[in-house]
Amino acid sequence: MSEAAAHTIDHHEPVTSTGIPNKKVLMWAFLGSDCMFFGTLISTHLIYRKISATVGGNFLDIRDIFDIELTSFSTFILLASSLFMALGVSAIHKGNLNSTRWMLFGTIVFGAIFLACQVYEFTHFVHAPGNELTLSSYRGEPHVFGSTFYVLTGTHGTHVAIGVFWLIGWLIYSFTGKMGTEHAIDVEICGLYWHFVDVVWILIFPVVYLMEYAF
Amino acid sequence: MATESIKYLSPDAETKIKTKVFPRPDQHATGIVNWLTTIDHKKIGVMYGMAALFFLLLGGVEALLIRSQLWSHNMEVLTNREYNQMFTMHGTTMVFLVIMPLSAAFFNFIMPLQIGARDVAFPRMNTLSLWCFIAGGIILNLSWFFTGGSPAIGWFGYAPLTDTRFAEVLGDMGPDFWIFSLQILGLASLLASFNFITTIINMRAPGMTMMRLPVFTWMTLIVSFLIILAFPAITIALVELMFDRTYGTNFYDFLEGGKPHLWQHLFWIFGHPEVYILILPAMGIVSEIIPVFSRKPLFGYGLIVFSGAIIGFMGFAVWSHHMFTTGMGIVATSAFSILTMLIAIPTGVKIFNWIGTMWGGRIRFETPMLFSLGFITMFMVGGFTGIMHSSVPIDAQHQDSYFVVAHFHYVLIGGALFGLFAGFYFWLPKLTGKMLNEKLGKFVFTLMFIGFNLTFFPMHYLGMIGQPRRTHSYNEGHGFETWNQIATIGALILGVGIAIGVYQFFSAFFNKKLKPAGKNPWDARTLEWTLSSPVKEYNFARTPVIKARDQAWENNYGPEDKHSEKVPLDDHGVHMPDRSWCPLLASVGLFVFVLGMLFRQTIEISGSFLFTPYEVAIGGCSVFVLGVILWALEGPAGYHLFPKESQE
Repeated sequence: MSEAAAHTIDHHEPVTSTGIPNKKVLMWAFLGSDCMFFGTLISTHLIYRKISATVGGNFLDIRDIFDIELTSFSTFILLASSLFMALGVSAIHKGNLNSTRWMLFGTIVFGAIFLACQVYEFTHFVHAPGNELTLSSYRGEPHVFGSTFYVLTGTHGTHVAIGVFWLIGWLIYSFTGKMGTEHAIDVEICGLYWHFVDVVWILIFPVVYLMEYAF
Repeated sequence: MATESIKYLSPDAETKIKTKVFPRPDQHATGIVNWLTTIDHKKIGVMYGMAALFFLLLGGVEALLIRSQLWSHNMEVLTNREYNQMFTMHGTTMVFLVIMPLSAAFFNFIMPLQIGARDVAFPRMNTLSLWCFIAGGIILNLSWFFTGGSPAIGWFGYAPLTDTRFAEVLGDMGPDFWIFSLQILGLASLLASFNFITTIINMRAPGMTMMRLPVFTWMTLIVSFLIILAFPAITIALVELMFDRTYGTNFYDFLEGGKPHLWQHLFWIFGHPEVYILILPAMGIVSEIIPVFSRKPLFGYGLIVFSGAIIGFMGFAVWSHHMFTTGMGIVATSAFSILTMLIAIPTGVKIFNWIGTMWGGRIRFETPMLFSLGFITMFMVGGFTGIMHSSVPIDAQHQDSYFVVAHFHYVLIGGALFGLFAGFYFWLPKLTGKMLNEKLGKFVFTLMFIGFNLTFFPMHYLGMIGQPRRTHSYNEGHGFETWNQIATIGALILGVGIAIGVYQFFSAFFNKKLKPAGKNPWDARTLEWTLSSPVKEYNFARTPVIKARDQAWENNYGPEDKHSEKVPLDDHGVHMPDRSWCPLLASVGLFVFVLGMLFRQTIEISGSFLFTPYEVAIGGCSVFVLGVILWALEGPAGYHLFPKESQE
């Protein structure tokens, strides 16, 4: 049976012109496109941060509600999850299913912690007494910061959530007994996506959070 | 079919059980199931084309309504709101539901044949792209039937026209339909483009190097890159607009700190590459046709490819020339003005290369060639007025006048649509196996050429004497009447020409009296003409080994060492992937999800409704996710064919 399976796999991986699997080319093309998605969102945020620097006549000091310790922690967690992801990809290439499972599990948990921090942060910001940051206002005054902030970080959070669900899918699949090295490419493109989402956060964290503390 | 076919036997018992739970039609499916579940790039191309031609007629009717409203001063064919809706729907339909999908139809049908592939890299994703496009088209046109009717915001939906507080009709849903349909159409284009990029990069036949790719395939690749890099800008702009309209954010809300100007930038960062997304496929088609009918190889292949890439690249750096009158400041305005002038250079290079190809050739004036020549001349007129607009002071005069309308119709009808019609007359014999009626074709060309110029040439003059665009009526005494009447008569002639053309395309499938085409009726040059017409489901019985750029031509007339060879079939035969319901299921889910999102706010929860809109959205989303999961689990599967070498 396993022989037959191996036979099928040879058959299903077509020889490509570049030698790179089709799925990987697809994922790279998607990530190129995704750069433009985030590029648009980050530019929107930066443009408005510059031209709408005041709220109700006062200088907009978002540090009043930002919790940089929490965000630094969740940034660290997200970056650490990339290590698990890389180890998971390496494990599936070697055919070590048990290790793959643990590494995928680790990535999922760390991704979930990051998401939980974001949910906590959003809830906290919306309900911060006297300093409410909503989609349309800050401290009760109409402002754009909430709009750009929530939509940008929310889009990133959505990416992380999709990644988590994708990884959960693979984790479940690994228990069906059908997963083997032939799926290494699938886990690898999942990993590409995950690392990309991390890299985007490496950009968002300084641009949206750290920069508020620079001046 | 004389081919022996065996069902692919999966060694995996589980897969078979799953197949029973969710049955997959096999390759012998017929009738409607055949079309709903197909993953064959040729059938997908046909469906893309048919749907787009239908929308072409729809958009044409809208155009004729606009023209009859402008027949004379103070006409009352349409109210001002209806007029606004008409030009909005006309523009949106023609750009997103006609020209882009017609190009996609050619990408789908021709590109894999030109590179020697049996299908695109991800056949089921291709199907999903098709159904998303159709869902998007339906959603856009559903807007006629709900609160406020269709959007009346212009095809580029400038803020603050889209602001809910300034809606003419309370609870106007038009812009919401517009937002969601564009999102779904964008998804369709993105999916298709990822697919085409992977296919062209990875699935070329042995020996088909990048610099041996036919120019049309090159343009497919460039346009796909433009789509994946330009569409994100409008996707995000539309997401922000959706948040503004439904969740009260302030992105474009100038009363609460937003800047409507930002919308213009984001829209045109997408919108200008979009112009090249519309025109480059037609340029690719024309670059295939002119060498064939001049009986000469394409002059300056490398330059044509390179200038296409340059146009694509520079297309991202000229968007603000749509915004010269918004007051961006002298530096930005000058920079965009210079870049816009520069982009005329690669375009001019292409035109000279086409002329160079014809120079000294033995030209046959058959319908595809006539449309190609029409393309070159009409596109040049549109191009010249485009260069005029790159000059800021002139642009300030032309802004929002009929001159601009004349300019972009010369580029989009005289350019893109003539090129696409040339493609239809050129490749339909390959698709249907039958030659189109040449006399009727020439008649269609004559009608379209005369009607088109009668319609749009006077608009240059109308614009110069001051007729504003997007204004539903004009008063007596401006001297607008005569030229508007000529334009309206021209539009009718153009409409009749297009209608006969579309009839001719559809009838090619059913008309039994047409002459059979044979493999290579035009004595054409590229790989698709080595195959039988119509093309077999597996395209190539043997993968060809490419030895030259114009392989079909070299096979017929070239030296022995330039003839293509065949890779022998191994004992697996030709692997064909199975049909699938999943793409259709996923797009139906997406469609329902969008409906739920659209009615989220406007319909009160009442006893007469079985579900709340909220539940509809979640339900649709679940169906989509279910489709994707089943898709992943079913795998490509497939069956094997063993065609004889002669059967291609």
